[in-house]
Amino acid sequence: MNRILFREQLSDTVFLMRLEAPLIAQERRAGQFIILQVDHHFGERIPLTIADADPVEGSITIVFQAVGRTTRQLALLGEGDHVEALVGPLGSPTHIEYFGSVVCVGGGIGVAPLHPIAQALKAAGNHLTIIMGARGRELLILERQMAAIADELVVCTDDGSAGRKALVTEPLKEVCAREPKPGLAVAIGPPLMMKFCAEATRPFGVPTVVSLNTIMVDGTGMCGGCRVTVGNETKFVCVDGPEFDGHRVDFDNMISRLSAYRRQEAAHSCKLEEAR
Amino acid sequence: MSAALSPKERLAIPPQPMPEQDPFARRANMEEVALGYTPEQARLEAERCLQCRNAPCIAGCPVAIDIPGFVGAIADGDNQRAIGIIKQSSLLPAVCGRVCPQETQCQAPCTVGKALKSTGKAVAIGRLERYVADWERENGLVDTPAVKPATGKRVGIVGTGPAGLTVAADVRREGHEVVLFEAFHKPGGVMVYGIPEFRLPKRIVQQEIDALLAMGCRLETNFVIGRTRKITDLLEKDGFHALFIGTGAGLPRFMNIEGENLVGVYSANEYLTRSNLMRAYDRDRAATPIFESEKVAVLGGGNVAMDAARTAVRLGAREVHLIYRRTEVEMPARVEEVHHAKEEGIAFHLLQNPKRILADERGWVCGIECLKYELGEPDASGRRRPVAIPGSEFEIEVDTVIVAIGNDSNPLIRQTTPGLETNRWGNIVVDEAGKSSLDRIYAGGDIVLGAATVILAMGEGRRAARSINAMLAAEA
Repeated sequence: MNRILFREQLSDTVFLMRLEAPLIAQERRAGQFIILQVDHHFGERIPLTIADADPVEGSITIVFQAVGRTTRQLALLGEGDHVEALVGPLGSPTHIEYFGSVVCVGGGIGVAPLHPIAQALKAAGNHLTIIMGARGRELLILERQMAAIADELVVCTDDGSAGRKALVTEPLKEVCAREPKPGLAVAIGPPLMMKFCAEATRPFGVPTVVSLNTIMVDGTGMCGGCRVTVGNETKFVCVDGPEFDGHRVDFDNMISRLSAYRRQEAAHSCKLEEAR
Repeated sequence: MSAALSPKERLAIPPQPMPEQDPFARRANMEEVALGYTPEQARLEAERCLQCRNAPCIAGCPVAIDIPGFVGAIADGDNQRAIGIIKQSSLLPAVCGRVCPQETQCQAPCTVGKALKSTGKAVAIGRLERYVADWERENGLVDTPAVKPATGKRVGIVGTGPAGLTVAADVRREGHEVVLFEAFHKPGGVMVYGIPEFRLPKRIVQQEIDALLAMGCRLETNFVIGRTRKITDLLEKDGFHALFIGTGAGLPRFMNIEGENLVGVYSANEYLTRSNLMRAYDRDRAATPIFESEKVAVLGGGNVAMDAARTAVRLGAREVHLIYRRTEVEMPARVEEVHHAKEEGIAFHLLQNPKRILADERGWVCGIECLKYELGEPDASGRRRPVAIPGSEFEIEVDTVIVAIGNDSNPLIRQTTPGLETNRWGNIVVDEAGKSSLDRIYAGGDIVLGAATVILAMGEGRRAARSINAMLAAEA
């Protein structure tokens, strides 16, 4: 169970893996995620979005950045190894329909969870503009896959090493200013990027969906650790989300909650370094 | 030997105190607090039982254990007979002996307690139950129950808490194939993620699981019914002939006050799950972090609040404040947990309730503002309603707030199972046989009752198992 069928290093710290998970591959819909644990005795449970699935092979694809303790352990595993716990598909699927034209924005590793959503929106007949952004060329992922489904692809990097030298919000504003304006914007990436994307689309009145990746334990509504403030309500990302109306999410609150364990994580990193 | 004692002599035997870890020492470890009776203590305590003919204790037990029967057997020195009597009615005696609210159940109507004018002096039925269950386990005498020849019928159990484990055992005994589904990576439900090691050692729960596996039950962990597979798929595609839903009350309630989403505010579920299931207390080995709190406020007065407060102490908090809006008399927690919490230095703030949680400039908890309350007229629950005293606001400096004001039922199954009738609290509606509005689907425990107790969940499980067995037998 949960065997790693394929592993590819996409950049310095970004990895793609295909995992054996026949039931999840069958049930999952765009926008859903899994929780995995490398070691079920002392490991942490972390949520990762499903980037793709193959129900015939019985596999799902995940893309992750090896930055925390668990993702670094995961990156050390190779084809044929197993992850001890894999549970899903979790969360509510993306609402897919025909909106006319849709603009999808993926920042950094956020391009991975964006991929199945863009695929589904394309399949529903939407005209698709995809904006991909990263700090530099070496951090751009899945460009070929996105090019294959986009009617229009805009690549931008912070340092100009690939595509336009711009933040993703620049082309996003340009697309929103077109007539007719897009029926929907989807933004997935670092919390700050999603916050500024939501600010960018707000004046144009373009409905904007964001997919939140918060700290979770169970992923089924039991702990409430993932809660965010949306409008004036508290929502659980794991069951009410992960997608929300970006114009109503309190990103500052979400960003501060993501920093809750920064001190402990720093301490763990020190220990990992010492052990080497 | 025990028959030689007169009632007067029995009443003269002093109640046997439970040997316990020293309060100061146990603040720094996760080991069990109550150490269990010695054989001599158990015999003396059992001899305090008057063997009343009307046995009011039995009426106080949700599963009607023959209490005078098993207590008498202990007094006779026949532990084997004692555990046999308990097991006719209860499947989880080592657990129930530890976590049942005996003082409001079997021990409340005890004649000895009444004669001595104190429920606290009733025969310690729970401690005796624990004693014989531990005696059986520690002496390697636990038998794997016999399983009848295979019937070819398959039963799925959703959730591996006390209700699910009970149904699994009772259904498997009849020869039906049993598959247990658990969303987490470890089975046991609230007994594993919620109740801490110092109150219920995990090895005791594990032993119950091992017994089921030895009987041939199959366990699927990391399997979320409603997501990985739907209820209807199990019945229509996967060949299950009956299902039992025992998913518990797992959705934490919050207070809906200002500041509840600040960094440092936990639901008790999250705090306890991190510490218990994810082992965050073992800081050197566990990857799951938990706040290194200095000053903690716990909101609530139930067992979960006590568990959270006492866990915070063990994780190194210097001050733990328990804030409850009524008085100690109304606290739903077991008397013993309240007593232990106080011994461990937890500060009780009664007739107080938080108004808002205060933040520092980073959005982290730095304090809690409370209001003082007084008791007014009785409310629907029969308890006097706490009423806020206007202008009585005051602040307590804390860096962590744990909300332990109860749980609602998880909506996952309800939302993904068309036609499953639930009430306005989201609990599954069942008939007197434990059957839901859908054919072949039974339910029990907290998902039916709302947040309750291990013993009630077990009682519900037994009822549903009888119905499932009867239904499958009729179809054979």
